[in-house]
Amino acid sequence: MNRHRILATCVLGWSALFLTGPVLAQSGPTAPPSEPMVFATEEQEASYQKLVRELRCTVCQNQNLIESNAPLASDLRRQISVMIKDGAQTDEVVEYMVARYGDFVLFRPPKNATTYLLWYGPGALMVIGLALLGWILWRRRSQVATAPLSVEEQQRLRRLLDDDEKGSS
Amino acid sequence: MKLRFVLPLVAFVALVGLLWVGLSLDPRALPSPLIGREAPSFDLPELRDPETRFTSAEMLGKPALFNVWASWCVTCRQEHPMLAELRRVGVPVYGLNYKDTRSDALRFLARFGDPYNAIGFDESGMVGIDWGVYATPETFLMDRHGMIRFKHIGMITPDIIEQKILPLYRQLEMES
Repeated sequence: MNRHRILATCVLGWSALFLTGPVLAQSGPTAPPSEPMVFATEEQEASYQKLVRELRCTVCQNQNLIESNAPLASDLRRQISVMIKDGAQTDEVVEYMVARYGDFVLFRPPKNATTYLLWYGPGALMVIGLALLGWILWRRRSQVATAPLSVEEQQRLRRLLDDDEKGSS
Repeated sequence: MKLRFVLPLVAFVALVGLLWVGLSLDPRALPSPLIGREAPSFDLPELRDPETRFTSAEMLGKPALFNVWASWCVTCRQEHPMLAELRRVGVPVYGLNYKDTRSDALRFLARFGDPYNAIGFDESGMVGIDWGVYATPETFLMDRHGMIRFKHIGMITPDIIEQKILPLYRQLEMES
């Protein structure tokens, strides 16, 4: 009885932890209050919001532009907003940034010869792993299925069967 | 049977090797997309003489060093004597005063010396963005046609001058 109660408490406690986990994570580090940006259309606002999340701040390299407090990130946000207000498309802004800071500013690097390993490496590893696993399992199964009994095993089997017959009669 | 014991060992050694190499890589070093390309053009007020302009075209005709600095940048202060040394051996040194105030920048030069042929005053940092600047000091070396041939992020050290900048500068001088 007592053990059940402890178990229930544990389960409740853990589920509470998991349920509140994501909420806590959300209320953790928030984006710094960035400059107020006013756009003419909702599409402009949307592409701005998309860009500042997909472009990396080169000063604090593990943050995107919207998260970063670095003065450069603020300048780049302003520059992006100016470009968008002037009617630039999302890919034009990305081109502008890549021309200056390289592919490094992209959180989703382009697929080219230097990034094939990055993009396809994990998939290739998984295929290799699955193939290896399949091969090992197949080999094990065929070994078990085809291995004939040795002479001693045959004799032992016969003995056992003989014993059985004697016992039952 | 033996392979079963050797294989994990080989995998482990390979992993250690990979991590060891990873330790020596600098994740903050960005390869500049500007190397081998034409230097971004600009037209800025001269820092010391606000009435005149300093345009990127002034750096053409001879190989030139272009140094991005600011008075608030401590590393620039440490680096400063290196620029004077470069100028002493005949390298034309140009500057971009990045996101600074004129009075602070002038005080910096008065105190630590002024090795620059010309300095662009980039108060807003927009020219810095065009040049892909993200951490002062940054130093570019351009050939006579205004092509960027070398970029160094961070402080120039005597080693970098001896092993990188001067050999390349001499080579660029030979090029037509």
